[in-house]
Amino acid sequence: MTAALEIDHVSHSFGRVTALDDVSLTVPRGGFTALLGVNGAGKTTLFSLITRLYDNSSGSIRVAGHDLRRQPRQALARLGVVFQSRAMDADLSVRQNLAYHASLHGIGRSNAAARIEAVLAQVGLAEKSGDRISALSGGQQRRAEIARALIHSPDILLLDEATVGLDVKSRAEVLALTRRLIADHGVSALWATHIMDEIQPDDDLVILHQGRVLRQGSAGQIAAGQGLTRAFLDLTGVAAA
Amino acid sequence: MSDRSFPPRAWAIAFAGIARRETLRFVNQRGRFLAALVRPLVWLFIFAAGFRAVLGLSITPPYQTYVLYEVYVTPGLVAMIQLFNGMQSSLSMVYDRETGAMRTLLVSPFPRWFLLASKLVAGVLVSIIQVYTFLAIAWLWDVRPPVWGYLTVLPALVLAGLMLGAMGLFLSSAIRQLENFAGVMNFVIFPMFFASSALYPLWRMRESSTLLHDICAANPFTYAVELIRFALYGQVNWLALAVVLGCLAGFFGAAVFMYDPSKGLWARRKGTA
Repeated sequence: MTAALEIDHVSHSFGRVTALDDVSLTVPRGGFTALLGVNGAGKTTLFSLITRLYDNSSGSIRVAGHDLRRQPRQALARLGVVFQSRAMDADLSVRQNLAYHASLHGIGRSNAAARIEAVLAQVGLAEKSGDRISALSGGQQRRAEIARALIHSPDILLLDEATVGLDVKSRAEVLALTRRLIADHGVSALWATHIMDEIQPDDDLVILHQGRVLRQGSAGQIAAGQGLTRAFLDLTGVAAA
Repeated sequence: MSDRSFPPRAWAIAFAGIARRETLRFVNQRGRFLAALVRPLVWLFIFAAGFRAVLGLSITPPYQTYVLYEVYVTPGLVAMIQLFNGMQSSLSMVYDRETGAMRTLLVSPFPRWFLLASKLVAGVLVSIIQVYTFLAIAWLWDVRPPVWGYLTVLPALVLAGLMLGAMGLFLSSAIRQLENFAGVMNFVIFPMFFASSALYPLWRMRESSTLLHDICAANPFTYAVELIRFALYGQVNWLALAVVLGCLAGFFGAAVFMYDPSKGLWARRKGTA
């Protein structure tokens, strides 16, 4: 079975600044993969390449077996993305926003209505469908963003620092929701974060630092009994700096 | 799963979705609608009334007789509505880019040129609503082109709106931050409007300064104004039509290039979209 996401020897530069250097990683189907790195590690650049906001200058990216450069339509149709910053229209209702995003995937009104009901139920916002985005709490807005990312039934969810700016309770809810989607609906997830607490020992973990992948494996193995924070600091040399 | 191959109906759905969103945003921003109307109405009611007394206009096509200055300036004000609407769309795209909303549009599986074209057409539809509202008020002010002119002007409004919207789209790809938009106002909108045939005929400009006349004659906005002016009287200004079509192709091509993930400035920037 093909992986949900395969990134193979991808590099990217902005002028003379190398943002990603020979990055390779795999997100298995139906799994939760955490992408851990400090701010500036290259997580957002990697997400921009996966979502084809930029083209990668070298290497290849395959989404559910579809090469992003040669089959962008098929690849992008299988991606659901939650960006770090708010991406929904604050002046429109949750339902209007979701209908708009359904249309961006070619989903007609009647199908969209059914999908909207389903995804709002999945994220626990069924009763907020008529509310404007600006009227929702931070945690609810993030859940609405996840509903938006799910509207076209993607194979893989990309979540870029999805809990940034949320209080502890909302953060836990968003993380639990993502894990539940994986368990109940078989979606895969690539979860970019710089918060160690969000990673569990069973999770697949990729450590990205200064544009390079330092390790990929199970978080428990990488922690190797010394704790993930210690292992991360040793690997990246952040403590020494 | 959504259909991955996108039948023709899916393209129509995507376009309708983008158009619906632009309309909803427009409806939700009533201040924007009022501002778009007040601006040309101030020019029509106050500026034109004052100029009527000092500016004589000889008979120039498409007019077959002497016309009041209000009549002359109306097509220019119609184009002004479309110019500001195009810039407003550009502003909203820069804002969407800063907030992240632009990313959700650009990661759609539809081709980027189609997404940008849909957004452009949707913006033009909104501007046409504003134009007809303005023309209705101008009618009450005794600016009364032939009745069929209201119909024949529609294709000209679509083309002029597309050209000015495409220019805004291109500018939005080049503007790095929302703060830079004030510069666009000073260096694009005002010079384009004033250095055109919107307020004065080009022969009047030549009397004053040959250089100024040449600048006005090189300004694409002049041709948008003239296309609308002639169409409002059931005529086609072929030169204006050719220039508007050429500029539309040029601006839109440049915008698509700039927003292309592998080309243009978009690809070389960090933290955009």
